[in-house]
Amino acid sequence: MFTKRVKFKIFFLILLILFISSMIFLVVRSLEDNVVYFFSPSEVYSNENITINKKIRIGGLVKKNSIKKNGLTVTFIITDLKKEIIVNYTGLTPNLFAEEKGVVAEGILNDKKYFIAESILAKHDENYMPPEVSKALEKSKY
Amino acid sequence: MFKFFLPNKILHLPSKLVANLISLLIVVSIIGIIYSIFISPPDYIQGDSVRIMYIHVPSSLFGIFCFALMGILSILNLIFKIKFLPLISKSIAPVGCIFSSISIVTGSIWGKPTWGTWWAWDARLTSMLILFFFYIAFILVWKLIDDYKKANKISSIIAILGLFNLPIIKYSVVWWTTLHQPSSITLTSAPSIHYTMLVPLIIMAIAMLIYLILIFLMRYKIELIKIKLNKKKNI
Repeated sequence: MFTKRVKFKIFFLILLILFISSMIFLVVRSLEDNVVYFFSPSEVYSNENITINKKIRIGGLVKKNSIKKNGLTVTFIITDLKKEIIVNYTGLTPNLFAEEKGVVAEGILNDKKYFIAESILAKHDENYMPPEVSKALEKSKY
Repeated sequence: MFKFFLPNKILHLPSKLVANLISLLIVVSIIGIIYSIFISPPDYIQGDSVRIMYIHVPSSLFGIFCFALMGILSILNLIFKIKFLPLISKSIAPVGCIFSSISIVTGSIWGKPTWGTWWAWDARLTSMLILFFFYIAFILVWKLIDDYKKANKISSIIAILGLFNLPIIKYSVVWWTTLHQPSSITLTSAPSIHYTMLVPLIIMAIAMLIYLILIFLMRYKIELIKIKLNKKKNI
């Protein structure tokens, strides 16, 4: 059906595509620790590359009833429902920073349980709904 | 369907079709904008900044879609050397570039009130920025290289290389932890967007699709006319 030249080109292109995709795969694999934007508390505990006094980002949910404000200093607990890390932060928090919502904190680990944040970002989830629906959902929960 | 894109058909494209598309675009986008600004409700956490999504999501979608099309056309172009294929990808590129830049800018405007930052170097945002650079490279090759054959080859290779970036954009939120949230609309499960917000999103997506087709048809026609003029000059 195809001429020899076209066949050669198809073969060559398939080879090239396989080669490039494997190369990208390897590059991305080796950069894994840099590609992830933040570590979960469990990863902080299990990953030996994460050391104290090194700038990292950790993320997870803000634990319920854990936010304590003292002036501009905020203390709260980041959890991934398995492990927990206490975070200390001084400064303004983003508007969407709230309990049981996602959060990403950038800063330094004091030890594996205590984190001093320099900045805090709120992480939004993929759910979009009007306030009335959210209220109705809340009611049906209890 | 395929025959529609053949050069003669496009050159005799009735101007009525373009006029109809323009009026359709105006009607659909007015409905879409009214729906997304006035009728749809604010979000339960984000409030009114959710309305940015109605522009952000479709433009990201078509930004990726345009490049996917360009990449596939470029593969076919390199193998079969069909004359009008590079013209199609050449005329899609600027629209896709605009869409991807709209996606980045609106995302940034949304990120400030929601995340608390304009920009974060997470995998989704970075790969989207790389896509934008691929568009720029593709367009610049056509602009800067005068030799048609050479420009065709280099731009095709750029489009094919950029193709590898697309699955990274799509799955970055699944493979790695990112600041960007995962997709709300997937093929496999029910959308996690309430239908009152899904409707304006779909209307805006249709409006942008019409815009994409419209600009593509106009540019494609111009490219064909340019080729014809050049041929006459050479003779």
